[in-house]
Amino acid sequence: MAQIDTRGMSCPQPVLMTKKALEVNSTEVTVLVDSKTAKSNVERYLNLTGYTIDTTQLDGETNTFEIFAKKK
Amino acid sequence: MDSKKGIIFTGAVIGILAVFLVRFGNPVNMGICIACFIRDTTGALGLHRAEVVQYIRPEIIGIVLGAFLISVAKKEFDVRGGSSPFIRFMLGFVVMIGALMFLGCPLRMVLRLGGGDLNALFGLAGFAAGIILGIIFLKNGFSLKRTYKLSKLEGYLFPLFNVGLFILLLTAPAFIFFSTKGPGAGHAPVRIALAAGLIVGVLVQRTRLCMVGGIRDAILFKDTYLILGFISIIVFASLGNLYFGFYKLGFAGQSVAHADGLWNFLGMALAGWGSVLLGGCPLRQLILAAEGNVDSVITVLGMSAGAAFAHNFSLAASAQGPSPNGKIAVLIGFALLLMIAYFNIERDAKATVQGGVKIGAN
Repeated sequence: MAQIDTRGMSCPQPVLMTKKALEVNSTEVTVLVDSKTAKSNVERYLNLTGYTIDTTQLDGETNTFEIFAKKK
Repeated sequence: MDSKKGIIFTGAVIGILAVFLVRFGNPVNMGICIACFIRDTTGALGLHRAEVVQYIRPEIIGIVLGAFLISVAKKEFDVRGGSSPFIRFMLGFVVMIGALMFLGCPLRMVLRLGGGDLNALFGLAGFAAGIILGIIFLKNGFSLKRTYKLSKLEGYLFPLFNVGLFILLLTAPAFIFFSTKGPGAGHAPVRIALAAGLIVGVLVQRTRLCMVGGIRDAILFKDTYLILGFISIIVFASLGNLYFGFYKLGFAGQSVAHADGLWNFLGMALAGWGSVLLGGCPLRQLILAAEGNVDSVITVLGMSAGAAFAHNFSLAASAQGPSPNGKIAVLIGFALLLMIAYFNIERDAKATVQGGVKIGAN
């Protein structure tokens, strides 16, 4: 499974990196984001393209999340 | 607020507030303009001496402080920086040169459309063309690299600087310049302008409204979330302008605008391309700057420097049309963007995308 680290990247790169990873392996992906903006952008993209999402907040970090997405 | 209703509501509030600000004294179709207002503030500080565009705009201060306070309250204030700072400064500079050729940032372009100014259609076409240019580079791996965590103080300084500006506005010491004629002399009362700015700052921080993001995401990801805000501003500004009698359909004699279609197109193409490379329009940069993104602070300073150069060297257009110097500056701007866009393509961006491999781990 592809794991993408988008921390510190500005718009729209977190979504673009997610999109590119899914072009290689479209079944599942894990995306690490470090802002709520990137989180909602990536989640919205995954929703639009038909993935189920499971997001967990990283311990001790207010704005860092791991988004796990699996093709519906 | 991360919903379609939220962003449409935000667009509606901005469209209507902008018309109210005109009703209370701002220039027509300039209820809110990030580029113009940064330019006016830059002039008030004496960094350019164009006497008709000097005023410390409370809307900017309100937007910054509104976004700052809500981001702190929502625990989204996060101090970061270090993602190609000087390139961002230059991009901010170039975006301002493009905006002052067109006479407005992307937000004012939308408000001009909502006022019936058809010259803004050339601006919109150019803006979309610039965004498409930017997307081509994004798709090929353009990146300004990562940001890093910085000290809290680094992030607090920009909101604090805006508090300082507000004190200068209220106390009006002799070394601050305020226009007595021209667009700079047209302004709503301080309290109203500040309140409007605060509301806009809070709403835009929550919804992430961005003028360049709307068209960009619609093309790149078929995601219409942000463009709904863009359209909502046009619709509600139109309704407000019709209600108050400011609506004037046509090309000729529009407020703080010129009718040179080619240079309206090119100015906004430059602003659109630069904004995509930055990751957001001037309004969005201001919000990011307020929530601790120091790279966006640098971008805003770049816009301010661009505005100072634009008026010191007669690069800014006027109601009579573009200046010869301004045309040269816009062309240099395109060359600079091409260089920045090309040399920031990560050659291995595509090659590293493989199943089971960590992408962008550094």
